[in-house]
Amino acid sequence: MHMDALDQFRARILARQALRIRGGGSKDFYGGPLSGQILDTRGYSGIVHYEPTELVMTARCGTPLSALESALAEHRQHLAFDPPHFGHATLGGMVAAGLSGPTRAALGSLRDHVLGVRIMDGEGRVLKFGGEVMKNVAGFDVSRLMVGALGTLGLILEVSLKVMPIPLTEVSLRFAMPQEEALTRMNRWAGEPWPVAASAWENGVMTIRLAGAGAAVEMACLKLGGERLDPFSARQFWQGLREHTLDFFAGHQPIWRLSLPSIAPSVGLPEPMLIEWGGSQRWLQGDADPILIRDLARQYGGHATLFRGSVSRHDVFTPLTTPLMQIHHRLKQRFDPHQIFNRGRLYPEF
Amino acid sequence: MIQTTPSGKPSADNANHSRARLIQALAETLPATGVLTSEEELRPYECDALSAYRRLPLAVVLPENEAQVIAVLKVCHATKTPVVPRGAGTGLSAGALPHPEGIVLSLARLNRILAIDPLARTAVVQPGVRNLAVSEASAQHGLYYAPDPSSQIACSIGGNVAENSGGVHCLKYGLTLHNVLRVRAITLSGEIVEFGNHALDAPGFDLLSLMIGSEGLLAIVTEVTLKLLPKPQMARVILASFADVQAAGEAVAAVIGSGIIPAGLELMDQATTRAVEPFVNAGYDLNAAAILLCESDGTPETVEEEIARMTGVLENHGAMAVRVSCSEAERQLFWAGRKAAFPAAGRISPDYYCMDGTIPRQHVATMLSDIAGMERQFGLRCINVFHAGDGNLHPLILYDASVAGEFERTEAFGAAILQRCIELGGTITGEHGVGFEKIDAMCGQFGPDELNAFHAVKQAFDPDGLLNPGKAIPTLQRCAELGRMHVHQGQQPFPELERF
Repeated sequence: MHMDALDQFRARILARQALRIRGGGSKDFYGGPLSGQILDTRGYSGIVHYEPTELVMTARCGTPLSALESALAEHRQHLAFDPPHFGHATLGGMVAAGLSGPTRAALGSLRDHVLGVRIMDGEGRVLKFGGEVMKNVAGFDVSRLMVGALGTLGLILEVSLKVMPIPLTEVSLRFAMPQEEALTRMNRWAGEPWPVAASAWENGVMTIRLAGAGAAVEMACLKLGGERLDPFSARQFWQGLREHTLDFFAGHQPIWRLSLPSIAPSVGLPEPMLIEWGGSQRWLQGDADPILIRDLARQYGGHATLFRGSVSRHDVFTPLTTPLMQIHHRLKQRFDPHQIFNRGRLYPEF
Repeated sequence: MIQTTPSGKPSADNANHSRARLIQALAETLPATGVLTSEEELRPYECDALSAYRRLPLAVVLPENEAQVIAVLKVCHATKTPVVPRGAGTGLSAGALPHPEGIVLSLARLNRILAIDPLARTAVVQPGVRNLAVSEASAQHGLYYAPDPSSQIACSIGGNVAENSGGVHCLKYGLTLHNVLRVRAITLSGEIVEFGNHALDAPGFDLLSLMIGSEGLLAIVTEVTLKLLPKPQMARVILASFADVQAAGEAVAAVIGSGIIPAGLELMDQATTRAVEPFVNAGYDLNAAAILLCESDGTPETVEEEIARMTGVLENHGAMAVRVSCSEAERQLFWAGRKAAFPAAGRISPDYYCMDGTIPRQHVATMLSDIAGMERQFGLRCINVFHAGDGNLHPLILYDASVAGEFERTEAFGAAILQRCIELGGTITGEHGVGFEKIDAMCGQFGPDELNAFHAVKQAFDPDGLLNPGKAIPTLQRCAELGRMHVHQGQQPFPELERF
């Protein structure tokens, strides 16, 4: 069955028609306009190798993210970057989109946890980069190049991920405070040895997630103060934040994602704002002027993505400088010379 | 061994003439002390820390700022001159071995820490800044830079970026890749490019990941933004001895399986403990076949809890004796032997050759017994230190360069170890890089399609192929001449696809 799936992928690629790589379709909303015939990856699924004591899991692209997480949970392990599902996400789509959840600032990004990939390039060749070991500097790090490329460089077939133990204890604390103070507090605490795993602020309330050894978490609770959330509410909050099901994300207004230095001050726009990642990721809801938002993000040293709800979907990501775009073109030319994969999904230029 | 001198090249007046013109053009871009050309001046640059490979470049340039780097690169671009970048020269894979028709571009004079922002926990540094200097400068804010390669007193951040350097704490804190936010660099044609930024991600492809570990093949780094971490309040280390290597390997797996990521987890075999103990008097159990060093760091509560749990796991998995450091001095003493492993090898043998492969942890005992077999096969001794937490192995092959043929046997021994790493599902280099040294081993690890892709990545950044040519990625022709093919566990990769 798996060979059949690979044969089919290859046949589709060799037909040289524009393809839209798709797993569970959970992130159809994300990126530039959709084009090309759907190449469904879900037939190529399953965990290939999971060795808890090696902290490594390798699985095929069509494997549901929920299946990976269940298998890991049996051994008290997880994906530390806490990826969003947004529905029936698959491994391949997760890696192609490259999105990480609330723990990203403290525990690392999806990209940080990718150890190796197998891909099929735009000429139907299977290429393998990286592997299943943590330390590997043989050859350029092409595995991580696939993260966030939105499938434009090839069909991700298989991914090896570093997996981590689930922290022994988790407690969430809540504090009433204005935005500026929350930004300062998040940055200051991140520079002190507290076991802060995630942080968020919205509408005058800051929430902090502590994770680690039991005694260390308890000591932090004592020292940091705040109101302790019951475990159920805490789980609901962080899951709602990760999956964008909190009230903040409701409605049909566009959602902007601002990726900024954590110490950037409040951006001072009238639209509602939700801050996470210790200040590095800020969500903005509303019909703000794209040029204004991009300029602001650039001034602060970051960038802005029209994450959801764009009408035209033509300017989702911040444009690149000319030398960087040139490098992108050359890489695209090598990995997908006939421009088959996910045309226009990342940038209109390819 | 390779030995060339500028005068001894099979060149003629032509080559000398173009060298003179090149030197003239470089001299116009740099201060007088920034261009080295005499053999006496070039000699210190003939090799990096892997001194078995030596060559002299046409010239060495030492720019002092980014503008001078750009000017030098424009000269090299116009004259099609190969450029070999060099940091502190502490690399162990001959990555900074000069090119006989090229120049060495030393970044040593770009050595300023430009900014430390304690609230943002970032340091902006030039590439020539020493790794340890970053932690020293950040200490007043309770912060440090986590990657700690053993050469951290001397090695530079630019070199760390080029090699994606690790250290003994990278299982918990990651490699250079995980601790760099932004790299500013110059392409060979002299254009400024920025990869990453002071946020946590950047738009477009993750080119920062390509840059880190690119061994100077893609662009010249002129500025790096590093992530700083709060200094752990304390650390303690467990010293456990084992009657056999298999048991030590299983204990490593058990510690990690128990849900703890130790700050450091190191294994030394008996040959190593016997070599180092006379120098450090750490009190290692010399009858143990292997010893483990297992460290916890963090808040006092975290350390207490983790040490208790890890001690229990080690005792339940065959440790003959377990000692826990009770003071910082004792912790340093337990570590002293591990840190002295390389110097000790140098004292018990005229020369030693440090290998650097990674294997899945579960195969550690197999690997060590295979290496024992190779010692007999090649007639050379080998002592083994091992970053057991992440499977990164550093066999130190002991040899005597003054004995004819012994270095060649050492190279063959090393190649056999790397081949075994590939067969066990690992890699030919965990943290030292491919450089010039392991370029042939790359033919065993990757097939022609992957190697072509690597060449294409290089061309995407450096279309003229002038940055550190002949390193890191072998040509397909070279692999064909060696007769090496990428074969995994006796099988071609994806044999089912061959029928197309």
